[in-house]
Amino acid sequence: MRAALIRTLIDLARENERIFLLVGDVGYSLVEPFAQEFPDRFVNIGIAEQNMIGIASGLALCDKIVFTYSIANFPTLRCLEQIRNDVCYHNANVKVVSSGGGLAYGSLGATHHVTEDLAIMRALPNMTVVAPGDPVEAALATQAIAEWAGPCYLRLAKTGDPIAHQATPDFQIGKATKLREGRDVTLIATGGMLYNTIQAAEQLAQQGFQSRVLSMHTIKPLDTEAVLSAAAETSIIVTIEEHSMIGGLGGAVAELLAELCDSHIKFKRMGLNDSFCSQVGSQEYLRKTYSLSIEGVVSTVICLLES
Amino acid sequence: MNRSNIEGYKTLATRIRSHALRMTNHAKSSHIGGSLSIADLLAVLYNRVLRVDPSRLDWSERDRFILSKGHAAAAAYAVLAERGFFPKEWLGTYCQDGSHLAGHITYGVPGVEASTGSLGHGLSIGCGMAVAGKHSSHSYRVFVLLSDGECDEGSTWEAALFAPHHRLDNLVAIVDYNKIQSFGTVKEVLDLEPLANKWQAFGWAVKEIDGHDFEQIEKALLSVPFEPERPSCIIAHTVKGKGVSFMENQLAWHYKPPNDDELRQALTELGDI
Repeated sequence: MRAALIRTLIDLARENERIFLLVGDVGYSLVEPFAQEFPDRFVNIGIAEQNMIGIASGLALCDKIVFTYSIANFPTLRCLEQIRNDVCYHNANVKVVSSGGGLAYGSLGATHHVTEDLAIMRALPNMTVVAPGDPVEAALATQAIAEWAGPCYLRLAKTGDPIAHQATPDFQIGKATKLREGRDVTLIATGGMLYNTIQAAEQLAQQGFQSRVLSMHTIKPLDTEAVLSAAAETSIIVTIEEHSMIGGLGGAVAELLAELCDSHIKFKRMGLNDSFCSQVGSQEYLRKTYSLSIEGVVSTVICLLES
Repeated sequence: MNRSNIEGYKTLATRIRSHALRMTNHAKSSHIGGSLSIADLLAVLYNRVLRVDPSRLDWSERDRFILSKGHAAAAAYAVLAERGFFPKEWLGTYCQDGSHLAGHITYGVPGVEASTGSLGHGLSIGCGMAVAGKHSSHSYRVFVLLSDGECDEGSTWEAALFAPHHRLDNLVAIVDYNKIQSFGTVKEVLDLEPLANKWQAFGWAVKEIDGHDFEQIEKALLSVPFEPERPSCIIAHTVKGKGVSFMENQLAWHYKPPNDDELRQALTELGDI
């Protein structure tokens, strides 16, 4: 997804000289083409994320469109108050990008696991929160947030993420993308969980269960219409995210469903329980421990269907 | 040095102090001490130095002033009202229900370039504005007024490292060094000395002045950048509560609002009733 980000940013920067890219001393063998083509619009701020966000805000208040890029929790939690006050309070045109969303940095340990960002960014007024599901969506999301006036958070997975979309989907901020139709259950995925969700839906189909699959690439504003349609047209909704079950996609959908007086929908959040990873392992290994593997999603959904 | 300039500064500084005293009295709000310590700096900035125009708020070449010590909003609002950015009547609503003017300086009020209130944010925002100015070949300058207390914040020093590295000679940091922070003297809480040496070591061109001596303030502010390709830092030695005898150098006036008797006495001392 990060390659899609930079490719798209270069295209955008060729057309729009207001676009800046700031990095927090990361991006080796990734951001160099941007830096070489636009040396006066690329700044390596150094390992100083608070300063990076403040500078981005100052640039944005002078009519620039500023992308800030770092990895893991450094571009968000390290400088959370700068994002709240300098970016969101000013409604400044700053796009905060984190690479390594979810458990992408697996064996590097919990300091590098990005598992509360959606909840925290979602709570900030004026902030739009986008977590594309694959490299195709990542490129479209980069373009969409560049054109979106105001603060955005873009959560990317990593390099070499599998492709979930066979064709280029229509991508709009705040509108879920439907990848598969089905009446038995709706699977709503965000971020890097999209691929496993699609694969799980195919396995469920082989067992006779038809799943609607939604890519909820925008966590805020949430596509309430897509959720409400799912609640009306399918009997089970499952949210799937590489994030704490508190406050992210599952939390957002739960808030919406809880306010429906007449809903008898069966609802399940899949994600990380309220704990840090106690084990060391790859992303794939850690996903298994949280039932976020393809098999984990399949068996969880079958339990719901049969209960 | 033009005598009439000095008189102009004096008059404006007295008005800033009077307004700030009335505002904090009326609102029963804090931070009068740190508002009085910057009144003389603001008077010179807004009387002579800043290229700003209340009738063209979005003029792209305007100088940017950021009050990084956002708790001294009363003084900043006072000078903006005096310069005609908004009606003076607004000052009477400071911190009141439904007012435009909050207790920490807020973007959206005419003439305010950035909201602050949490310390250690302003210099980074100023760096961003200075980079934008260089990129767009604008001639504007960016002035950031910091408190001494916010030099405790690591983020201030992140920005202090950045500006010289990127040769931001269109950026001026002014430190209101009144030597008293929230819960004690700077020396007791977290000593900043040698403060000028620290800024110099980070790569800034530094001048130390008496922040209540109009000649020194004017001379320093009119001579920025002090050196080509380097940001300028003015360490302004000031007195917290300056101008009101019983408020000077007293920690309590970081918090206490003047009551009606104290307000009268303060205005009498200032010669502005």
